[in-house]
Amino acid sequence: MARRTPLNEAHRKLGARMVDFVGWDMPVQYSSIIEEHEAVRTAVGLFDVSHMGEVEFRGPGALETANRLISNDLAKCADGQAVYAGLLNEQGTFVDDVVAYRFSPEHIFVCVNSSNREKDFAWMSERAQGVKPVDRSDDFAQIAVQGPKAPGLVQRLTKADLSKVGTYRFTEGEVAGVKCIISRTGYTGEDGFELYCAPNDAEKLWNALLQEGQTDGVKPCGLGARDSLRTEMKYALYGNDIDDAHTALEAGLGWIVKLDKPGGFIGKEALEKQKAAGVKRKLVGFEVTGRGIPRHGYPILKNGQRVGEVTSGTMGPSVKKPIGIGYVPTELAAEGSTFDVEIRGQPVTAQVVKTPFWKKP
Amino acid sequence: MADVPQNLKYTQEHEWIRVDNGVAVVGITQFASNQLGDVVFVDVPTVGKTVEAGDSFGTVESVKAVSELFAPVSGKVVEVNSELEVSPELVNEEPYGDGWIIKLQPSSPKDIDGLLSPAAYADLIKQEQEG
Repeated sequence: MARRTPLNEAHRKLGARMVDFVGWDMPVQYSSIIEEHEAVRTAVGLFDVSHMGEVEFRGPGALETANRLISNDLAKCADGQAVYAGLLNEQGTFVDDVVAYRFSPEHIFVCVNSSNREKDFAWMSERAQGVKPVDRSDDFAQIAVQGPKAPGLVQRLTKADLSKVGTYRFTEGEVAGVKCIISRTGYTGEDGFELYCAPNDAEKLWNALLQEGQTDGVKPCGLGARDSLRTEMKYALYGNDIDDAHTALEAGLGWIVKLDKPGGFIGKEALEKQKAAGVKRKLVGFEVTGRGIPRHGYPILKNGQRVGEVTSGTMGPSVKKPIGIGYVPTELAAEGSTFDVEIRGQPVTAQVVKTPFWKKP
Repeated sequence: MADVPQNLKYTQEHEWIRVDNGVAVVGITQFASNQLGDVVFVDVPTVGKTVEAGDSFGTVESVKAVSELFAPVSGKVVEVNSELEVSPELVNEEPYGDGWIIKLQPSSPKDIDGLLSPAAYADLIKQEQEG
């Protein structure tokens, strides 16, 4: 029996098409993926992301404990700031990718992928030197409000001054009378917020956002649009683009790896070695210039030889081109390099391009 | 409930077929196009190719998924809908009209009689929806 978020009934009432997503019964689309995608690029879309997990570190030493578990550096953050980070294995490969929130040095909150909730919590519990993590996943629902009209919409429903909440900053306050963590983060490439609230309040918050957002052209959006939006930004998806077989450097996520942070982190030594030796493969973004759409798992070929694999691919609804992400040998990773993607047995030409694929006009 | 025109024959794989002057026009049903979502790419064989009944002869792709197209009957491809190269969304908008996919010269026209009737196809999609 698939797990359900507190918004499951609400999705069904809205006519969503539901699918099993890593053990969760989730909406993949309501009307059309392209329409939902466009709503986020031009107006505002709502996503139920309550299936995501949350882990909390509280008490003296919380910052030091959490910071040793993640690749980015929370010590350099101010209170009220969040960072994107890797939870890395000793080999420098991914256990997960997370967003870590610094409420204070004694209160760190980490949002993890739904597919990795149990694994991450066990992993953190084993390795936490100091404060023990607490799994708070069942205490939070989460709604992402994304798009150029998202700030205006959320602002009309809260007394918190959102102009003071910059990108990757957060505050606490009531939205539509519901107590929330209001975080200026997202996974779509658009401005917006991720709102964490109590599960019992989720439907009230969801309905208020839908109601108030009518004038903005708000649309409920499913996992389909979430995937096409994030692919156009080349945001990594755990299990597709990043996993425990590829390092953070290979994934092009060197920017979330702070090799020089005091106290270090798990995976640091492996990444230092890899950096010194040179990274042999890289995750690149490419456009298919021939006919066809690249998909997860399709082989990447050079001169007929398999040299890599597509990790994500779609027809980008905003870029209006078939785009893909995949690992290739470093010598093929430069912008302009060409290779073939094997699409149902046929080699189709593709070219490495600058990412993100989508840039705001 | 998806539209199931009475003048067509259907397959278990959600293709429809209609014979016009001995040539079989093939497309996917409205039910299939709804299930698939926004069609963004249609890959079809070249004109002149022969296909066997039940074989995959191409693909229809939505933003999210790839679906194989299966030949309802054996025959030779005599025309492909080139409009779909620029407007694949026709498959969603007019699955039984401008969204047709290929035209076949059937090698044995009576095979078409063996395909699903509209009533049988309506039953099939009812079962799939309930399943």
